Amino acid sequence: MTEQPMVRFENVSKRYGALTVLDGLDLEIARGEKVSVIGPSGSGKTTVLRMLMTLETINDGVIWVEGEPLTHMKRNGKLVPADLAHIRRIRAKIGMVFQSFNLFPHMTAMANCIEAPMTVLGMKRADAQARAAELLDMVGLSQKKDHYPSQLSGGQQQRVAIARALAMRPKIMLFDEVTSALDPELVGEVLQVIRQIGREHDLTMLMVTHQMGFAKEFSDRVCFFYQGKICEQGPPSELFGAPKNERTRQFLHAVLEAG
Amino acid sequence: MIWDWNFTLEILPVLAHAAIVSVEATLIGFVLAATLGLVLAVVRIAVPWTGWTISVLVELIRSTPLLIQIFFIYFVFPKFGLVLDAFTAGVLAIGIHYAAYCSEVYRAGFDNIHRGQWEASIALNLSAWTTFRDIIIPQAIPPIVPALGNYLVALFKETPLLSAIAVMELMQAAKIIGSETFRYTEPITLVGLFFLAMSLVSAVLIRALERLLNRRTMR
Repeated sequence: MTEQPMVRFENVSKRYGALTVLDGLDLEIARGEKVSVIGPSGSGKTTVLRMLMTLETINDGVIWVEGEPLTHMKRNGKLVPADLAHIRRIRAKIGMVFQSFNLFPHMTAMANCIEAPMTVLGMKRADAQARAAELLDMVGLSQKKDHYPSQLSGGQQQRVAIARALAMRPKIMLFDEVTSALDPELVGEVLQVIRQIGREHDLTMLMVTHQMGFAKEFSDRVCFFYQGKICEQGPPSELFGAPKNERTRQFLHAVLEAG
Repeated sequence: MIWDWNFTLEILPVLAHAAIVSVEATLIGFVLAATLGLVLAVVRIAVPWTGWTISVLVELIRSTPLLIQIFFIYFVFPKFGLVLDAFTAGVLAIGIHYAAYCSEVYRAGFDNIHRGQWEASIALNLSAWTTFRDIIIPQAIPPIVPALGNYLVALFKETPLLSAIAVMELMQAAKIIGSETFRYTEPITLVGLFFLAMSLVSAVLIRALERLLNRRTMR
């Protein structure tokens, strides 16, 4: 028996009224695989992450996580739309980091990192704090644990957000343009942290990014989205080195031109 | 002489006692209004299908006079088997009336919370209850304290309506003194001054609370 894919999108579509954002998406991601999603804005790439995090509903198809449906559940052998309890059980495996950080502004870095472990996982405060301290240390912010988000730079806030997501011990991490809102000189420190957790944790990672250099160096696979479909995908060496599709070539040319 | 100081001193204890009732009615009424208003605002978001029902209810309460609601609870509820004493009925009416206003204030507070806060809560798999308690409400409340404070003062100034169902609050006490002695100048003036003083004190306290909350949350 072949191993279950960690994530599987099966013929998933997303529409807003007449606008089709994703059109019959099929995508499998293996355990531990690092996949980058690139493409022009409006190509549906962020929607892929948001659907997997259950921030968006889907119109057609099924999303599977470790062989279990996320958006649906089995009842009498049939798939029916999932209830909240089911969704919460499955999405516990998924963590997400946002473009705009979305830290809780009324909580310190430490409080941000222990909120969910205590209230969702039922961890004791001391245990949650110990775990959060480890993670804040890993992202290089052990000195800043008692700071509020407004006292931190964008790069520091994003690193706290990564620690906060990891504190829930997800199997899958989603990164949604996590460096796009950062000043250029702060991008490196965040990418460095992502690189590190990619090495140290057996995480499946799916990221939407505009950092082509990072996607090339970090990913096992790159998917190029265009108009709600995967236009081309493959190992970064192939996709960046010898793109087969005309759209991919045009996109990469435009992006690399812009520097 | 229009103003009689001896008479003033004589009625002061009676009015002071009635003032306690007014303040009690205000505080209990406002706690009820603030709590019920919050519940209405939260339920409206957490249980989407209740939205329409709650909107209609809130509109109904806001669009009818408080005095009618007081009479309704005191005189009509007993027909359905719910008999309440005047103070309870009056405070309940005031609490429900202002809950309708407060729920709109809370709603505005919730609307001001950035969508990313809800999304981060989902991504961390927080329950709806935890999301409201720990994430949304602590951020939504400080900016709306002034608006809630205004309703506290407004509610306080409407407690004389309770005299219509003979609750022994300030206005009722003044009216009784007036009808017994045929002197209205002192009792009514004193009641007015008392409301003025209490409203000013409340305004100062609310501003202090506002500053404190801002210091704590907007670091």
